[in-house]
Amino acid sequence: MSDTSKTVKPDPGAEHQNTVAPADDPTAAAVTVVDPRLLVRDEGLKGYVTEFKRKVKGGELGSLPVVIGLIVIWTIFQFQNDRFLSAENLSNISYYLSATGMLAIGLVFVLLLGEIDLSVGSVSGLASTIFAVFVVTHGMNGWLALALAILTGAGVGALHGWFFAKIGVPAFVVTLAGFLGWNGLMLWLLGSSGTINIPADEGPVQLLGQSSFFMDQAIIGAYLLAGLGVLSMLVGSFGEQRRRKAAGVPFRPTSEIVLRVGALALATFVSAAVLNNYSGVSNALVIFLAALVIVDFVLRRTTYGRQVFAVGGGIEAARRAGINVPMIRITVFAISGGFAAIGGMFFAGQTASATLNAGGGNTLMLAIAAAVIGGTSLFGGRGNVWSALLGMLVIQSIQTGLNLLNMNTSIQYMITGAVLLGAVVIDSVSRRSQKAAGRA
Amino acid sequence: MVHVSATPVLALRGVSKRFGAVQALTDVELEVHPGEVVALVGDNGAGKSTLVKTIAGVHPIDEGVIEWEGNPVSINKPHDAQGLGVATVYQDLALCDNLDVVGNLYLGRELLRRGVIDEVSMEKNARELLSTLSIRIPSVRIPIASLSGGQRQVVAIARALIGDPKVVILDEPTAALGVEQTAQVLDLVERLRERDLGVILISHNMADVKAVADTVHVLRLGRNNGSFPVKTTSHEEIIAAITGATDNAVTRRAGRTTEAAK
Repeated sequence: MSDTSKTVKPDPGAEHQNTVAPADDPTAAAVTVVDPRLLVRDEGLKGYVTEFKRKVKGGELGSLPVVIGLIVIWTIFQFQNDRFLSAENLSNISYYLSATGMLAIGLVFVLLLGEIDLSVGSVSGLASTIFAVFVVTHGMNGWLALALAILTGAGVGALHGWFFAKIGVPAFVVTLAGFLGWNGLMLWLLGSSGTINIPADEGPVQLLGQSSFFMDQAIIGAYLLAGLGVLSMLVGSFGEQRRRKAAGVPFRPTSEIVLRVGALALATFVSAAVLNNYSGVSNALVIFLAALVIVDFVLRRTTYGRQVFAVGGGIEAARRAGINVPMIRITVFAISGGFAAIGGMFFAGQTASATLNAGGGNTLMLAIAAAVIGGTSLFGGRGNVWSALLGMLVIQSIQTGLNLLNMNTSIQYMITGAVLLGAVVIDSVSRRSQKAAGRA
Repeated sequence: MVHVSATPVLALRGVSKRFGAVQALTDVELEVHPGEVVALVGDNGAGKSTLVKTIAGVHPIDEGVIEWEGNPVSINKPHDAQGLGVATVYQDLALCDNLDVVGNLYLGRELLRRGVIDEVSMEKNARELLSTLSIRIPSVRIPIASLSGGQRQVVAIARALIGDPKVVILDEPTAALGVEQTAQVLDLVERLRERDLGVILISHNMADVKAVADTVHVLRLGRNNGSFPVKTTSHEEIIAAITGATDNAVTRRAGRTTEAAK
């Protein structure tokens, strides 16, 4: 080991990486950092690998833990039960991950502020109950009830945000109170029966149900979605490259774009083929993916998204830049509540009912774990919404795998707890090494 | 002082500011011309920060007049000052560590193209701005967290220039910097002067003041305690004004008689 590696990375995990990485890595002193983007551009594919190693060394793990975790989990479960990697089981995973995934999307916003929302599970349960009461007890149109349920969730979130931003109560406490309070309201609404069955053959519940598939299971449907994703990335990437060339600023080389689009095409078309092998892409998953695309656009391309990142990265800087910090905080909690309510509708679609258990148990833990495992930091300012998808792939794989092995709930809880802790440890360690490398 | 125009871009006439029972500023006069670097010096508690905060709109003034290009204006909130063309770089730089250089430069005034953040134009303009200021940063796309203290300071100053200000206030820009970084920031201050901006530089460091300032304004206990052209004033004279070595019975008596004459 060279002595530079000792000063930069005190943790033993770095030893391995240092033997792989080139010895002339300049990141030891922040001042002399070579433009990392130029590095990639000058050396093409080889530079891309160098850049990747540099990022990992600097603690910018990105989606690396997810990919490794997924491979490990899938291998273990496949050895335990050879039905795990079957098309049917993978289809189930893809369907069930979208409900908790919706909660994770909302949590990504809250985590970007460096806060936490402990109420999302309860709010999702409340939303499904409100929906059920409107539809079943009052005979309301399903879509109207859906809109009201989501609005309720957003309103509840805004209330949390108001207490946090205007009164100054720590978000942890406000949402902990909400966790209990909204769960209580849900139980009260459900009354003595404890369960309201919702007709599964109409409205939102039908759409989000287990037997509702994109384009009625047509083989072309899955490939159409995959093609759409790949095509829009291709057009977007080359469009940006052209604009950047015209403006004379650094741009992604064609080789890198081809590599990225190729990777996406491989992932999406293989997924499409696997899902088609069973019965196609569930509508719940399609809606989840559409939500991811929209939210990703909002976070990365709009002023609002930039303001969310700014508040998460430095409140004082955000305030001096004229950003309305309380407004951002309230809206972010409203978004979290809204997505929790949407997730609640997905839960209702899974069971065609509103039950006492909706949004309870480890739902909240799973959603937080998903966002963190996917690479969104608990410390704010770092992350992206795709972590909701990646993290949920891991979490739902564990859940489905344990169910397949007929594990007890007790074991499931312990494993979920361990996974959450593991994700937060990775986040904390990567943040520490980012600090050491001057990147946090 | 050779190249300054007749009308000051910013002038404070008899400005006073109270906080409760504390008289923070009393009858302070200050003039800043385009292309002039005015150093504001004084001991701790002399009122330097309060003075720049009145100009920046953080603390509205109680008495006196602020003139902008010869016309009296009222500055009641930071927005007013920004609207006139006053940009302030505070001592704690207040940059977002997680955003890159471009994101920080344009924070709060992102360029939009069809309602979407126009990263390409922002990056292009940022590179042009940084190169005209001869600021060398490894990449405009690395997060602020990776930059050194000096680089952060120049980014903070560059950020102040995005809004095309006429007066830039720098609050102890070199306080936390090493020798090399201090020189870079002082170079940058000189380039601001070359762009015909008025610069108000707060500093405790006489070497910096002597190096770049055209005029030195000394504040002592919230009052003007002399204004000197840097070229013809010795180090000792400035120190004397700051520490109050000139604050003796004679000057106090002179002060009383002028007050009585009012």
